Amino acid sequence: MVKQKFWEDVNVNDEVTPLPKVATTLMLVKWAGASGDFNPLHYDAAFAASQGVGSPIVHGALKRQWLVQLMTDWMGEQGMLRKFSCSYRAMDWPRKMATPFTPEEGDTWHCKGKVTKKYDEGGQHYVDCDIWIENGKGEVTTPGTATVVLPSRS
Amino acid sequence: MLPDEVTKFIGKSIGTVACEVEKGSIKRFADAVDDPNPFYWDEKFAEKSSHGSIIAPPGFFGWPIKLPRGMTLQTPAEIVDPPEVAENLRAALAKAGFWRVVDGGIEYEFFRPVRAGDVLTAKSFIKDIREREGKTGKMAFMIIETAYHNQSNELAAMARATAIYR
Repeated sequence: MVKQKFWEDVNVNDEVTPLPKVATTLMLVKWAGASGDFNPLHYDAAFAASQGVGSPIVHGALKRQWLVQLMTDWMGEQGMLRKFSCSYRAMDWPRKMATPFTPEEGDTWHCKGKVTKKYDEGGQHYVDCDIWIENGKGEVTTPGTATVVLPSRS
Repeated sequence: MLPDEVTKFIGKSIGTVACEVEKGSIKRFADAVDDPNPFYWDEKFAEKSSHGSIIAPPGFFGWPIKLPRGMTLQTPAEIVDPPEVAENLRAALAKAGFWRVVDGGIEYEFFRPVRAGDVLTAKSFIKDIREREGKTGKMAFMIIETAYHNQSNELAAMARATAIYR
């Protein structure tokens, strides 16, 4: 994990360290099992086609969890994630597998964030961020916000 | 305007479910996200930290969450449900022309870390259902609010999930 970030080191408009992610059909299967979301929209080609999405799409909540990791990585060991929100505005399709272990060439998604506010409240030091995921074309598919508590040097 | 048959469900509880947060299921969840954070994987590291134990990634509240009948044989630790509320609501929405549902998004507030070994009780109710006009026609936006309490009855987290019916 990275060096601990302190509240004093953060400024409004700072960029949250970007987090690249690749969604693959393997990852979607792991997510279905781990989260309990067994909707065939995310693994069954015929069902997904019948629902008008073409082929199986990435679970919204998996994208949400990427954004959670964006913030937990950035806030460090002593940080705490206090609030989080995101909307699944657009669909994303996973890369298929070329071998049992490696995906085909294809899109990489980029989780990003930007500090919008920093403040004290009830003795704790808060930082608000806008967060989002950009798909392979650079379009924002999953916008959101997050609030973390950071340790202070004071 | 959504019919009364649908809006009468606003404020209704859709169930209480208790799930154990197991160390193994935390790892499986972190693996599915491809998140190597040692808080989820490394017991020695986690025990030495201020948390004192392996914690769940924010957003993981135990498995299995309550799943619709027929999806799994495994059942959560305890389910307390008002009889068939969720099914009746889905039927009322279908009758009003809203057949398909997608996950629209979520809001969380995290109050306490969730530890491996915790048993979380998730209590959900329908906070709101309202009609919205979209590119593909009318949609019904439903907000489900869930409070997660741990075994010491401390509030661990609150969630507000949006389900979009069309």
